[in-house]
Amino acid sequence: MAGKRKQILFSALEPGLGLKKALEHTQTEIIDIIKLSRLRGRGGAGFPTGLKWDLAYSAKAPKKFIVCNADEGEPGTFKDRILLNEHAKKIFEGMAIAGYAVGSQEGIIYLRAEYRYLRPVLVQAIDELRKAHLLGKKILGSDFQFDIDIHLGAGAYVCGEETALIESLEGKRGEARNKPPYPTESGYMGYPTVVNNVETFCYVPYILIEGAAWFQKFGTFESTGSKLFSISGDVKKPGVYELEMGTTVRQVLNLVEASDTKAVQVGGASGICVAEKDFDKPLAFESLPPGGSIIVFNRSRDMLNVLKNFMEFFVEESCGQCTPCREGTFRLLEGVKLMEQGQCSIHYLRVLRELAETMKISSKCGLGQMAPNPFLSIIDNFKGEILARDRVTDSIPL
Amino acid sequence: MKLESQTQNIARAVKRVCDEYHSRREKLLQILEELNELYGYLSEYVMKEVAKNLDMQVSEIYGVATFYSFLNTKPKGKNIIRLCQTVSCELAGKQRIANALENELGIRFGETTPDGMFSLEYTNCIGMCNQGPAMLINDDVYYNLDPEKAVDIVEKYH
Amino acid sequence: MPNMLAVCINGKECEVEFGTTILEAARKMNIHIPTLCYHDDLCLSGICRICLVEVDGEKTLQAACSAPITRPLHIRTHTEKVRKARRNILELMLSNHYGECYTCFRNQNCELQKLAKEYGVDSLRFGHVELPRHTKDTSSRSIIRDMDKCILCRRCVRTCHDFQGVGALEAAFRGIDTEIQTFLDHPLGDAVCINCGQCINRCPTGALRERDRSDEVWNAIDDPQKIVVMQTAPAPRASIGEEFGLPPGTSITRKLNTALKMVGFDYVFDTNFAADLTIMEEGTELLTRLKDFIVDKKPVSLPMITSCSPGWVKYCEHYYPDYLPHLSTCKSPQQMFGSLIKTYFAQKIKVDPKNIMVVSLMPCVAKKYESDRPEMSASGFKDVDYALTSRELAQMIKETGIRVTDLEDSDFDSPLGLGSGAGLIFGATGGVMEAAIRTVYEIITGEEVPFENLNVIPVRGMDGIKEAEISFQKTKEDWKFLEGKTLRVAIAHGTANAKKIMDKVASGEAQWHFIEIMACPGGCLGGGGQPIPTNENIRKARAKAIYDEDSHLNIRKSHSNPQIQMLYNEFLDHPNSKKAHKLLHTTYTRRGKI
Ligand SMILES: Cc1cc2nc3c(=O)[nH]c(=O)nc-3n(C[C@H](O)[C@H](O)[C@H](O)COP(=O)(O)O)c2cc1C
Ligand code: SF4
Ligand code: SF4
Ligand code: SF4
Ligand code: SF4
Ligand code: FES
Ligand code: FES
Repeated sequence: MAGKRKQILFSALEPGLGLKKALEHTQTEIIDIIKLSRLRGRGGAGFPTGLKWDLAYSAKAPKKFIVCNADEGEPGTFKDRILLNEHAKKIFEGMAIAGYAVGSQEGIIYLRAEYRYLRPVLVQAIDELRKAHLLGKKILGSDFQFDIDIHLGAGAYVCGEETALIESLEGKRGEARNKPPYPTESGYMGYPTVVNNVETFCYVPYILIEGAAWFQKFGTFESTGSKLFSISGDVKKPGVYELEMGTTVRQVLNLVEASDTKAVQVGGASGICVAEKDFDKPLAFESLPPGGSIIVFNRSRDMLNVLKNFMEFFVEESCGQCTPCREGTFRLLEGVKLMEQGQCSIHYLRVLRELAETMKISSKCGLGQMAPNPFLSIIDNFKGEILARDRVTDSIPL
Repeated sequence: MKLESQTQNIARAVKRVCDEYHSRREKLLQILEELNELYGYLSEYVMKEVAKNLDMQVSEIYGVATFYSFLNTKPKGKNIIRLCQTVSCELAGKQRIANALENELGIRFGETTPDGMFSLEYTNCIGMCNQGPAMLINDDVYYNLDPEKAVDIVEKYH
Repeated sequence: MPNMLAVCINGKECEVEFGTTILEAARKMNIHIPTLCYHDDLCLSGICRICLVEVDGEKTLQAACSAPITRPLHIRTHTEKVRKARRNILELMLSNHYGECYTCFRNQNCELQKLAKEYGVDSLRFGHVELPRHTKDTSSRSIIRDMDKCILCRRCVRTCHDFQGVGALEAAFRGIDTEIQTFLDHPLGDAVCINCGQCINRCPTGALRERDRSDEVWNAIDDPQKIVVMQTAPAPRASIGEEFGLPPGTSITRKLNTALKMVGFDYVFDTNFAADLTIMEEGTELLTRLKDFIVDKKPVSLPMITSCSPGWVKYCEHYYPDYLPHLSTCKSPQQMFGSLIKTYFAQKIKVDPKNIMVVSLMPCVAKKYESDRPEMSASGFKDVDYALTSRELAQMIKETGIRVTDLEDSDFDSPLGLGSGAGLIFGATGGVMEAAIRTVYEIITGEEVPFENLNVIPVRGMDGIKEAEISFQKTKEDWKFLEGKTLRVAIAHGTANAKKIMDKVASGEAQWHFIEIMACPGGCLGGGGQPIPTNENIRKARAKAIYDEDSHLNIRKSHSNPQIQMLYNEFLDHPNSKKAHKLLHTTYTRRGKI
């Protein structure tokens, strides 16, 4: 069976229609619609979007901000790039609706530096929306005003974490903040701020047009709607697919014509590595949190090599402020290199496992909390392969 | 005399960029990016001038500049080649591209060609994973690379 | 009525205000939670993660120092998860820490070492650094940085930026490459550092320390040719006891005199004497400026600002160079003392000043830089040869095996050993102001200050910025121009507060005549050379000791110090005389902000 390919985002949308519908509602009505749709954030954590907006709406402040997280840096993820490049107006319309719902007039899109070449596309989209009175003052003739600023990142994966992103927006080092307070209470420049993923915003106009009940029909109870998957690795047809939430790994593999698959990394470097025994699990927040990326490995791949690549990524991208992540990612990588040389004792492997568990519960932000995911899942799923390595007796180049 | 006017020019340019952003503290990153683009890197003098304009501690500017991988505090080549080293590109054969680039430019990753034309660096995933191996040269993105193609592309920047 | 919430920690119940951190709640209940990046004086950071606790309903452990309580909570502070996590975190820190405790100046007073003991770390599972990876930065006259021992808690960064408003130190790079650096990793000696040493006081490890001069001092003591003169400042006397296990706020001035003689100093004098002298010089300078301004309508620099804190002086040179004329030209008491020893005192005891070594006991590491300034040699020699901190002197005393706390009291030597209570309170924020007011008021009106027991209460206390007004009635003949006038004064401690004051001066928003600024929080008693740890309670205890001592003295006004009167009669003629100017006053240097 080919996966269930019901499309939302990749179906046509009349520009401005969602916003027009929104302006017919009160702020709380919109929030209720989003809540009812059970839309959950597509940036990774799956936080209920309606609730997030409600928190920001309820916060009392002279100013509020809507921030679009376009820092897409998770290895293997490129769905936001497609949206930015081809569907920018949907994103901005979603942001404007969010602005109207929570009472904000200012939107910021944080675009990763690696996507700087997309900036002209976004500038043009914003210009056109302004001309069409879908952004700017007196939107669609109403009293609502909302405009969007583009803010470029400068090369730091951790700035995708929402509080690090806000620090970066404020011109600082992209280091995650203590939470609470959450951004909806005190975010950009201390004002209540809604941070949502690019994809999350895109669903919003559709939901306003078609209704929450329609949206709910897609996906599973806990994970409604569809989801974009960036699929790469050992497959015949890599690319971005819009699939219903709840699609299983195996369905995806069939769809993209993967063969001889050994493992699938779901959710990028901070996601988990799934072995064949779990290919029938659904991609949904309640089972395999989908993130945005699926990387497929066939049987010719050395999983330890894959793990090393992930750990190198985290060592480079950790912001370095908190001990477990800064030092822990480094020690895990060191351990992987030991294993590569066939020199890691079972005892030390257990020590590293305990360290990985510690990092998950003790790091300050999601990066350090999730960095051990590939380590644990690859070690656990492929222990046999990993421990079967020949011992290299030369000194270890760490 | 010549040197003096050069520093004055830089000071003026920094002031112009800062003014563009109303010398607001929260615009620091944007200011640094523009100056990085303008001069290829953020020199000691540039950082000091920014600090003056924004009424900040220069150490803080340095702290920000060193945090982000797209900002340089040391001189770089005119063109910066950033080859993706992350997993999907690795699977797609990034190593062959890396070798080809090193051989062609005669430098290793992390180095700059003696003529100052190219710096060769690794970067993490640039969102081209379905079409790897991929690289950025300055702001331009290239994908589906093979060694020959990569070298030909680089050639165009000479 | 604030919003109260029920919390339960380890089974003990307690009510706390909404927003209280878990750490605060635990402390209230006498439950110990370890901390490293947290410091009472600094803003929260939440980065070392040693303070983790388990909170019911949370998937991850919470950092107690920075987790506010916003709902009723069940908290457990030593579950298996917590213990394992803390142990792992500690081992991670240690695995990246190069240092041998027995060669470390923080041995037995190191928060990292203490935690390693507390958690019974008996192996280093993640390895251990075998060789140093950083060269020590010894470029500064005052401060030495040994980044091999840094655990990246960033207390120094927050101290320097937020607390002192300087920003010499900053976290640079990211991830495993993160380091605490100056701008472009320049040597600290070339950076905009005011040498206040506050970062040392807040560093949990041996990564920061003062430039140790005790070897040189021992050499001088051991040299029979040399007469070694010690002067002790008031703040260390109220704190050095802490190094010997006494509770904060135990002043041991007179026992210390005995100890210093036993250590081998030939003379022990009281810096308070020079403080009194400072009041005479500075008070006169203030009155002269006021007179020039009011009577002669000359353009003078008012407000006048005190200059006894070398950290503040350097701050002003860097950040407010246009306001250097506002600084009093008076040297600090330490330096006045030095030049008198090598002139007046040398003549008195008929010794060639080149054979006299002046050592000072100071609460301050900036005093080291100050004593090394080239302009500080009016006597023809280096006015003060070595400035020791409270910590260095305590170390020297420990080395001798002398048990200070068991010693008999003894007095200072004559003739530079008598200080008034006014000189004494120089050690606390507001003290210079109070001393100046006691003297100036009496010069102008012929009467004592109109405060009970001479205690000028409005200038005391730990508020960051204090203001007061004194008006003059029934002025004496020479000072009629001040009749009915009001002297407006302000006091700041900590250079972040100094900045606030200076910005008000610069904007013309405030019209003060006289400002006291101390670089260190609490004044000298919170100096960067004082015993570690420090926090507001410790500083308050030290202040109390100083004010208590003052209230018990007979002579409490600088101008009533008979030895000061004698000095002017025998040697200096009168305050601000030509000779006084040569020996006791100085000049400043414009330095860049960057
Ligand atoms: C290390 C790290 C990187 C992240 N990167 C991104 C990202 O690139 N894009 C994104 O939308 N969310 C990212 N997130 C999640 C954000 O913190 C945040 O949850 C999200 O932007 C909220 O939007 P949503 O509710 O629409 O998902 C990242 C989180 C972590 C911990
Ligand atoms: S977990 Fe890692 S990225 Fe997050 S704050 Fe800690 S060091 Fe920084
Ligand atoms: S800093 Fe602490 S743990 Fe490190 S060597 Fe010094 S005393 Fe030992
Ligand atoms: S001595 Fe003072 S100014 Fe210098 S680095 Fe330390 S805190 Fe900053
Ligand atoms: S030098 Fe000391 S205070 Fe500063 S970060 Fe390192 S350990 Fe912490
Ligand atoms: S892995 Fe290379 S572009 Fe994503
Ligand atoms: S003391 Fe709480 S995180 Fe450092």
